[in-house]
Amino acid sequence: MAVTAARPPPVRTPPDQAREAPAGARRFWVAAILVLVGAILAGLFLGPAGLSWRGILLDLVGRLPLVHVHSGLTSTERAILWQIRMPRIVLGGLVGWMLAASGASYQGAFRNPLADPYLLGAAAGAGLGATLIIAYAPTVSGWPVDPIPLAAFCGAILAVAVAYVVATTADRSGSSATILLAGVAVAAFFTAVQTFVQQQHSDSLRQVYSWILGRLGTSGWHDVWLVFPYVALSSAVLLVHRRLLDVLRVGDHEASTLGVDTARTRLVVVGAATLGTAAVVAVSGLIGFVGIIVPHTVRLTAGASYRRILPLSMIGGAAFLILADVVARTLAAPAEVPIGVITAFFGAPFFVVVLRRRVRT
Amino acid sequence: MSLFSTHQSFTARALALGLLLAACGSSGSTSGSAHLATTTVAPAAQTTTTLPAYPVTVSSAQGQVTLKSQPKAIVSLSPTATEDLFAIGAGPQVVAVDDQSNYPPNAPRTDLSGFKPNVEAIAAKKPDLVVVSEDGGLSAALTKIEIPVLVEPAAKSLDDAYSQVKQLGAATGHAAQASQLVASMRDQISQLVASLPHRAQAPRIYHELDQTLYTATSSTFIGQLYRLLGADDIADAADKTGSGYSQLSAEYVVNANPSVIFLADTKCCQQNLAIVAARPGWSGIGAVKAGAVVALDDDIASRWGPRIVDLLRTMTQALAKVPAT
Repeated sequence: MAVTAARPPPVRTPPDQAREAPAGARRFWVAAILVLVGAILAGLFLGPAGLSWRGILLDLVGRLPLVHVHSGLTSTERAILWQIRMPRIVLGGLVGWMLAASGASYQGAFRNPLADPYLLGAAAGAGLGATLIIAYAPTVSGWPVDPIPLAAFCGAILAVAVAYVVATTADRSGSSATILLAGVAVAAFFTAVQTFVQQQHSDSLRQVYSWILGRLGTSGWHDVWLVFPYVALSSAVLLVHRRLLDVLRVGDHEASTLGVDTARTRLVVVGAATLGTAAVVAVSGLIGFVGIIVPHTVRLTAGASYRRILPLSMIGGAAFLILADVVARTLAAPAEVPIGVITAFFGAPFFVVVLRRRVRT
Repeated sequence: MSLFSTHQSFTARALALGLLLAACGSSGSTSGSAHLATTTVAPAAQTTTTLPAYPVTVSSAQGQVTLKSQPKAIVSLSPTATEDLFAIGAGPQVVAVDDQSNYPPNAPRTDLSGFKPNVEAIAAKKPDLVVVSEDGGLSAALTKIEIPVLVEPAAKSLDDAYSQVKQLGAATGHAAQASQLVASMRDQISQLVASLPHRAQAPRIYHELDQTLYTATSSTFIGQLYRLLGADDIADAADKTGSGYSQLSAEYVVNANPSVIFLADTKCCQQNLAIVAARPGWSGIGAVKAGAVVALDDDIASRWGPRIVDLLRTMTQALAKVPAT
């Protein structure tokens, strides 16, 4: 599959895209931002604690400078709003933003529609890192930083680095097919080690399992500040390279004749996407499908240029994950449904609808 | 092979694990059928010096099991059964216990696993009785090589726990001690229940299984212990499927404002009062403000052996401190 997928898809060349009417582009931006705002509002107002809408609104207004209103919320309700719901929305937004951006970037860098942020072993590496700590670190209190996210972060970076080094030493041209196959091999290997460690420590099974399914539920502002710098840096690098991703779409050989160093571009894009993915996975666990369905939904509705796909995927990914998290905490309230289940269960059919409508027209 | 595979294999594995865990959680539901031991052994009223008459037939969760003679080489793959066996004086007959059986400390712990039992490794111990908490085809395999197997699944109620003690007593020739143990447990537990002050409003509790807020409701074995002590489990509202276990939203726990928080994740996940108090929004919970965050021993809180009396004592002490409202 990697071989066929690596062939450049029959797409219009970038100059065609530039001539698309700018007025048509604006509606996609407006729509994406409206969806994001709607998602944030849903995130603020919906939850099992059942805070009153009026109280939330007044409390939000009261936070504005020079405004003094009494919201009527109790201190517990304010804590729920500001210390539980708010960071959950922001973190969900950052994670969705980053996973969608990484997915879009991987798809562009490898010219492969099936690419997602976990393609080169980031998920397997993060899973192994987290499992090793859960299984072998006897105590985590007393550490200056929580070692599980740190190990997950390092594992994700390590797995992708190994895949990249293996591929580029085997194939000097750095062809995308070689890198993808190396990524598949590394991911399988890391997953095998992770499964082995987990089976040897069956008492850690539930903890590993709940980490893998992904969660935003127990996070606070601390997690937000932890990932924010990585997401910002990674997003900036990816946005700077969005034009080069458009050039890569014509194929490595053609891009080279246009003066683009394809191997270097791919390395920088994959590096930035991996850094961001590793950071968000470290705090949220492995949340699937966001990185694949959001960029494709954007591509199918707003066009194939990465100048549009990348930023719109970021906004769309943030909105999608915030909404998925709202469903995760309201569907079976006051019980939680793992967010990875929601992203797949609702995301996949939604994507099929988009795909069918697009293919018909 | 699809390029999806890395991610899909994760999802598939996660789902498989989920089913596995669900199976663990629901295994208790089949144990409601656990019967009192039907046995030809001498009644408990007689002295313990009487030699038990074999063969003995015991009904356990997987049906009737007949032991031709008193077992002298027992393998226990269930931490609860290990505790039961030693408590009724069958300890000297136990030759090997599984890797999770860490109590009593003198139990002959081996690397045998009750979670992924290996038939050959078990047979190598040459047992004349194997006790497990989950069958998973093990009894069929061991019965083929004529090793009797007793399945003692997760207890659903205190009565289940008592009848398992009695089954093990009947099977091992310690029926009298088993009856004494059960009588003593019943006694101590009713004293603990009676020691609690009567309250107009039941104290609200939250029992934590891990730091992602997995919890047990009143329909579980542990949840029934809280109910026995007159406490109200905040998780009951969350268990719509009746599985007994659910994962709560943090904002729900904060809003429910439990008077006592019991942590059954002190060993697995190193949770304690300071860590719980530092969770976003948790510092305002009544239990946290009053310091009523009780560290339970994960092992004792997940077993149904003789130490449930100790567990109930810890729970009782914490609940007794809750101020009357």
